Amino acid sequence: MRLTRLPANIVVGSVLIGVVVFGALLSFVWLPYDPNTLDFSAQLAGPSRAHWLGTDHLGRDLLSRLLVGARGTLYVGLVAVGIALSVGCTLGAVAGFAGGLLDELLMRIVDVLYAFPAILMALLLAAVYRPGTLTAMSAIGIATVPVFARLMRSSVLSLKGRDFVEAARALGSSPSRTLLRTILPSALSPIVVQASLSLAVAVLAEAALSFLGLGTPPRTPSWGNMLREAQSFLALSPYPALVPGLAIVTTVLGWSLLGDGLRDLLDPNTRR
Amino acid sequence: MLFYLIRRFLSALVTIFLASALVFVAILAVPGDPAEIILGINASPQALAALREQLGLNEPAWRRYLSWLGGVVRGDFGESLNYQRPVATLIVDRLEVSVPLALGAMFVACVIALPVGIVAALSRGRWLDPLLTSLAQLGAAVPSFWLGLMLILLFSVELGWLPAAGYVPWERDPVATLRSLALPVLALGLGQAAVMTRMTRAAMIEVLSQDYVRTASAKGLPRRRVVGGHALRNALVTLVTIFGLSLSQLLIGSIIIEQVFSLPGLGRLVLTAIGTRDFPLLQGEILVYASAIVLLSFLVDVSYGLLDPRIRYQ
Repeated sequence: MRLTRLPANIVVGSVLIGVVVFGALLSFVWLPYDPNTLDFSAQLAGPSRAHWLGTDHLGRDLLSRLLVGARGTLYVGLVAVGIALSVGCTLGAVAGFAGGLLDELLMRIVDVLYAFPAILMALLLAAVYRPGTLTAMSAIGIATVPVFARLMRSSVLSLKGRDFVEAARALGSSPSRTLLRTILPSALSPIVVQASLSLAVAVLAEAALSFLGLGTPPRTPSWGNMLREAQSFLALSPYPALVPGLAIVTTVLGWSLLGDGLRDLLDPNTRR
Repeated sequence: MLFYLIRRFLSALVTIFLASALVFVAILAVPGDPAEIILGINASPQALAALREQLGLNEPAWRRYLSWLGGVVRGDFGESLNYQRPVATLIVDRLEVSVPLALGAMFVACVIALPVGIVAALSRGRWLDPLLTSLAQLGAAVPSFWLGLMLILLFSVELGWLPAAGYVPWERDPVATLRSLALPVLALGLGQAAVMTRMTRAAMIEVLSQDYVRTASAKGLPRRRVVGGHALRNALVTLVTIFGLSLSQLLIGSIIIEQVFSLPGLGRLVLTAIGTRDFPLLQGEILVYASAIVLLSFLVDVSYGLLDPRIRYQ
């Protein structure tokens, strides 16, 4: 496939995510300022030579905080979707392949999880454990399990009766081998697409949880935290609210464009 | 149809029952003695013993669960530790904020999403569709709480037209109530409008490519009759699902929006419950949210079955 034939949304999505990943990596080797250094001579300053994106209410450099925040956004999103993908796909594949009572039981669990969206799950977990990055990540991950479980189950169900699966069985392939080696590779592309789309949702959820004070702890710069703190000073300077907000939009848009593009690429039937 | 309804209803009830067990077990898993967590480590042994008695902590867990569940079925969610009032009353009181917020946002979303989605689907292959689709994609990436902040910046800070936060009860001044709800409703509704626009467009495109639409066009029906009579009616089945699911998303989204605009709704109540470790209130409210989501999805399935006979005979 030639590069020029790639759908436009894949290209734009990859560039947007590339920028965020670059920012996160850059923060490890270079930052204009320490993201937690207070500077009371430059509170709520607009963009300038010294502070390219301005400063917040404590005079902290917004660009530095933005770059460090990119790490958390990527980290929480990837781990949460990783949890959802591994647990969800396992549940879905086993349910679809086994059928019968086990299928009924597993899907009932999935139905219950479906009643708890990420925010609700985070509220429940925050009551039990302390609010924090781990709680937020687990909540988003568990809440996303049903998406992958249902997707995987329906893929496995539709593939189970196909000729090439029957053939593998007839050749003496064990059930687990049939599932892992024959069915799974064919079921993979919708999962990849869903993973990218779920990353977009996870980034939004993480930002919302940090904004509510249920995510990344206040001392660590994160985009949601930055917005939470910016709200009180909205009338004095718009930059502390504009900067992290635009960063969230960029990341969410990147993941969702990438997901849509991958779907167009992997499944020509849905191309519209 | 009746059989289908009953089966779906029972399955929704079982899901709610399991959800209640999950909520109960989660709170049970709170490490340490709940009475000590609530009162602090300096509390007197007498106070601790009294609270344990009030919470029923001296009884085995399954018994407490059954008595809690028995109460819930009768509409009694226990008493809030922080407010010293029945949880059910607290929840019902907050509905006057949260219900208008969610319904208002739904209205905004529908008013935008339906026409824009249909126009986008009809203008497929021309310049208008990619423009509208891109706008919708961008809109769907904007977090509602950030949009809320931007709306405050524009309409409250810059223009001074609407209040930035706070809530005036209906009975005191309905106009002020509407003014205090205007920005939250917009913030919540606009984001959902973007999501629903994309779904409406996809549903319309799906239907427009069906044989019966081609037949309708081929026999010479005017375009308006084809779109309004044949296509839209059939797209409605999909749209009902989308709108039902959107309502649950708005319900959850309102938790965050209420925080942005300091509205005293259900969302603020549940966040306060976390802060004050008010377990009965927290348990009750989370169960109410989860049940609302299960019931909405049940209603979607029912209307689905009513609108499309093929589904109920499966």
